[in-house]
Amino acid sequence: MSSLKRSFRYLKPYSKEAAGAVILLVLVVAANLSIPRLVQVIIDEGVANQDLDVIIRTSFLMIAASVLSALFMTGNTILAIRASRGFEAGFRDAIFTKIQSYSFGNLDEFTTGQLLTRLTSDLNQVRLIITMSIRMFTRMPLTFILSIGLMWITNPQLSMVMVVLLPITITLVYVFIRVSQPLFRQVQEKIDYLNQVLQENLTGIRVVKAFARREHENNRFKKANDELYGSSVKINRNLSLFMPFITLLLNLGTVAVVYFGGVQVFRGTSSIGEIIAFMNYLTSAMFSVIVLSSMAGRISAAEASATRIFQAIDEEPKIKEKPEAVKLESIDGRVVFEDVGFTYGEDGGLPVLSNVNFVVEPGETLAILGATGSGKSTLVHLIPRFYDVTEGRITIDGWDVRDLELKTMRKLVGVSLQETILFSGTIRDNIRYGRPDASEEEVVMVAKAAQAHDFIMGFQDGYDTFVGQRGVNLSGGQKQRIAIARVLLVKPKIMILDDSTSAVDVETEIKIEEELRRIMNDSTNIIVAQRISTVLKADKILVLENGSIADIGNHRELLESCSIYREIYDSQLGGGVQL
Amino acid sequence: MSAGDRQGPQKERPRMMRHGPGRRGTIEKAKDPRGALNRLAGYLGDSRGTIALAMMFTTISTLLNLAGPYLIGVAIDQHIIPMKMGGLVNIVALIAVTYLSAALIDMAVGWIMSDVSQRILMKLRQNLFEHIQTLSLKFFDNTSSGDLMSRLTNDIDAVGAVLSHNLTEITRSTLIIVGIVVAMFLLNIWLALASLIVFPFMVVFTAQIGKRARFRFRDLQQNMGRLNGVMQESITGQKAVISFWQQGTITRKFRKNNTAVREAGTKAETYAMLVPPLVYIFSNANIAIVAGVGSWMVLKGLATIGVISVFISYSRKFSDPLRQFSNLYNSLQSALAGAERVFEVLDVAPEIEDSPDAHMVDGFEGKVEFKDVDFSYVPSEKVIKNMSFKAEPGKMVAIVGPTGAGKTTMVNLLSRFYDIQDGSISIDDENIAGLKKDDLRRQLGVVLQDVFLFSGTVMENIRYGRLDASDEEVIEAARFANADRFIRRLPHGYDTMLSERAGNLSQGQRQLISIARAILADPSILILDEATSSVDTRTEIQIQEALHRLMEDRTSFVIAHRLSTIRKADTVLVINQGEIVERGSHEELMEKKGFYYNLYMSQFKGTIDDADFTYIKPVERQDPVQPQRGSSSGMRGGMGAGTNPEMMRQRALEIIGIFKEKKAVSVESAKALGEMDLPPYFPRIMQNHLGPLGIIVEKDGCLYLVEDNIGKL
Repeated sequence: MSSLKRSFRYLKPYSKEAAGAVILLVLVVAANLSIPRLVQVIIDEGVANQDLDVIIRTSFLMIAASVLSALFMTGNTILAIRASRGFEAGFRDAIFTKIQSYSFGNLDEFTTGQLLTRLTSDLNQVRLIITMSIRMFTRMPLTFILSIGLMWITNPQLSMVMVVLLPITITLVYVFIRVSQPLFRQVQEKIDYLNQVLQENLTGIRVVKAFARREHENNRFKKANDELYGSSVKINRNLSLFMPFITLLLNLGTVAVVYFGGVQVFRGTSSIGEIIAFMNYLTSAMFSVIVLSSMAGRISAAEASATRIFQAIDEEPKIKEKPEAVKLESIDGRVVFEDVGFTYGEDGGLPVLSNVNFVVEPGETLAILGATGSGKSTLVHLIPRFYDVTEGRITIDGWDVRDLELKTMRKLVGVSLQETILFSGTIRDNIRYGRPDASEEEVVMVAKAAQAHDFIMGFQDGYDTFVGQRGVNLSGGQKQRIAIARVLLVKPKIMILDDSTSAVDVETEIKIEEELRRIMNDSTNIIVAQRISTVLKADKILVLENGSIADIGNHRELLESCSIYREIYDSQLGGGVQL
Repeated sequence: MSAGDRQGPQKERPRMMRHGPGRRGTIEKAKDPRGALNRLAGYLGDSRGTIALAMMFTTISTLLNLAGPYLIGVAIDQHIIPMKMGGLVNIVALIAVTYLSAALIDMAVGWIMSDVSQRILMKLRQNLFEHIQTLSLKFFDNTSSGDLMSRLTNDIDAVGAVLSHNLTEITRSTLIIVGIVVAMFLLNIWLALASLIVFPFMVVFTAQIGKRARFRFRDLQQNMGRLNGVMQESITGQKAVISFWQQGTITRKFRKNNTAVREAGTKAETYAMLVPPLVYIFSNANIAIVAGVGSWMVLKGLATIGVISVFISYSRKFSDPLRQFSNLYNSLQSALAGAERVFEVLDVAPEIEDSPDAHMVDGFEGKVEFKDVDFSYVPSEKVIKNMSFKAEPGKMVAIVGPTGAGKTTMVNLLSRFYDIQDGSISIDDENIAGLKKDDLRRQLGVVLQDVFLFSGTVMENIRYGRLDASDEEVIEAARFANADRFIRRLPHGYDTMLSERAGNLSQGQRQLISIARAILADPSILILDEATSSVDTRTEIQIQEALHRLMEDRTSFVIAHRLSTIRKADTVLVINQGEIVERGSHEELMEKKGFYYNLYMSQFKGTIDDADFTYIKPVERQDPVQPQRGSSSGMRGGMGAGTNPEMMRQRALEIIGIFKEKKAVSVESAKALGEMDLPPYFPRIMQNHLGPLGIIVEKDGCLYLVEDNIGKL
């Protein structure tokens, strides 16, 4: 239960509420347990002595006890909920904040769905257990112990019944938990698996249909479904045996009390009231066992959830700022790669980049060309330290990027990612994403430069048009242009465009490039591209091949010296045309 | 707690967008509860007998359980108080036997029912899943996968909670309440009345609180919805958040919503959780009343102590079923609403059914014909208009046109993902409407625009194309798609696990895998839907080579924006706004100078400003260019060498002038843009240098005419 135990750390800020809740619980238990005692008084002193006063007085005491108990319980509830909701908010904040410290490498280890599940349903499972633990877990054991104590006080001889009952009960509960805990975990896993199969099927439905794989998918689902069914039935069977068994123990205990109590009454060593009170205590004690053991399933579900949450929390941010990190206010924009090598993941795998050396001078434009998977995106991701190099170093104006403060450095290095991500909100919000305080003129200016202004104005609401689910559906090219405008607005000293115009038609692309040259002429521009026409005017073109630099130079030089470049060139603008 | 009881903690699972926040804010009610109930009852099927048996047994065990306290009361009244030791052993034994049989029966019932409810759930889930598989793409276009997910999980769980838990529980609770009330009245009418006094109060109070709580829960759901929205967006776009360093902004937004959820949650739950203490207080007050009034009655000779003991036991047992009932109403409502949503999907008609006399197919010649095809997704908006064309077996057809022209739709129609409204589509002169859909699709190898890979190994993903393929065949297919090389470089080669984000695979690599998958399927007709858009041109050429081999005796359709990749096509269909506007070979269409020509030229069009032409320096070639890929090989010979530099410069200038005028960046485009205006020697350049010729590059304010042999003009 280590993960659940660890979660309790987040309850600490609410320890006062939690403690208050627990104290109130003690009072609740005390008030509740006083009732059988009072019943005893009524019967033994009131009825036996024919004393109506005692009966009335005790009855009122009982009602008072109930009211008090309810008040304490309400107080406990309020505090418990405050604590558990606070706990939830704090815990969620911890997870979310942790995710915010992730770098690309960390994000690659989780899927979006996994992270969201941890922030929602997993967290909810844990919160439920926390609520219960503040309300039930203290109350039930307390009731149990106090009941047994009171049984002892009421009638030590009858308490011998417990000597028989208790070991059996404990063994039973132990066996039950031992047997069902793994089953609960199993069910949890089966549910996860079923959901995964489901999710994939729904996302990939077109592929399923195109390959006519309905049978295959049905069988896949059936397998997952059958497994879930099997585990669930097993648990239900366990429960169906366990619950009546415990109830039977309670009832047999009561029967024993009636018999031995009856015998005691004959001998005059006990009274009816005592026996009735004793039976009530017995019921309380056993009932708390039943309640506690019925939580077993919840606990293992919560433990599984907590484990998943801590997986996210324990994930070490792969990019860490040095304590003495340098804050750069402004830079010239000289980027140097020195013997850079890079491998994804620690467990081997072939290097994605090796031995990469090049220099981009301030204001220069570097274009990167290369085959799919040759490492172009990876290379540019290393500059703003989305990943850390595994060999060599990268410097900006002579500073090793690993020595720089991330916040200031990322403001100086602007990146438009290959996968265009826009956020919900208006087009203006999206363009302003990197600099929320930008003026309207600036927004329009960059939108014009990115050749986005015209199509934006074509929408009824112009810049106020909503993007995404509730708004317009932008085409891939339109999204890319907004993403470019977004980077331009930041006015980075080093601008990286990772295949950012792949969905834009050539004519527009050329216009964008011209604008870029105009307004970004004192920035260093690094452009990953597929099209020769995109890289034509670059100062330097770097040709990547299997993670190493095949050649670097300008278009003219490469045409002469680099066969790969010529091949690319041929494939696009030259060869293959038979006129 | 049963395994089906999952709906509680999952209540706040992020509901998908389509629902909007707060959909579950109030207890949802089924629109037609009886209908849903009846259909659900249908699922009981052959379990019906078992359930009847279980209910019967439950009745017996409940009665036995209620008899217990009654018998204890009898033991107290008739044996302990009168001190009649004689019969005590017997009655105690009787009580023990009563309890024992009740327990055994309960176990039996639980055992029987554990299977029943889970089996119903499994059946329902499987039915729903299998039904979803039969639905048309149109259905998926209009339904978010999140919505379907939640129907298959949350809604079925809600049904399950009622089925697995409440079916016997309802019986039991009802019996307990009725049994206790009856027993109380039989035992002592006045004491019964006294102890039931609190009951109406309890009902009214809990109902009131429940109502108020529901409002606050709706508020909570709305806040939760907003928070989920923030989190979903942040995490989906986390890489953008990182690159713009907006973690602070998003965290602030998150915190605001997180706090709101916390406050709303505290309020809502505080209300809801007031119910248990109330039930408790009433049940304790009840005991007090029973004890007080009862004792008074004992004094007056109106009751016995045994009866009081029985009443106290019963009072304790009373509160539990009551609480159950208040939960039951809610869970029954949401179960019925859930069932209704499940049935809603089950009621969607499956996609175009195979007609009963549909043909089986196992291989096509590959003659494809569209005859006067009309199609619209939404009535009144025709996406395909009166389209007719023929593709001969083994030929390659390129489909070209601007975005939204209807290219993908054509492919969808051929696969019969949608049915056409008018006209006919036939393969090998057989209308595809008369073919078995699955057979048809198996013969069509489709590489889709969006690459979708399943979680699993690379091997498994390729094998999806043909499930019985051996490892060797999979590898062969990968090699064919030029995917083998990069796959071998993955950490575990073909056994590398792929996941949703697959940081280890690039877009292009994913496409290569999907191409390998299609190759493995060995279809009669091949359809490539922009399948190579994220692959770099060189890889694309490699793929094209592989595909070319594959396409040799197969009819194939290629959709691509990159015209260079489809110049090999036998026929090019130019589509615009759902119509074929031009058709013919690449050369024919170029001649025509129509729609295609313009589309094609836009790819080569460049703009060169006047400022660029300040100085022109012909470039001297150091070493000869390697002849490239046939087209230009062997054509460079036969040119005179050693030309006067000044003349060279003049000619270059002249060429550049033309380039400038035509806004072209390459010789080829310059020629295509206006052949008539070219100087006399220009055609010679064209003929001899179709390769890396005539590109203008500007550097340091100078313009270079990069043309390897310009000096030899």
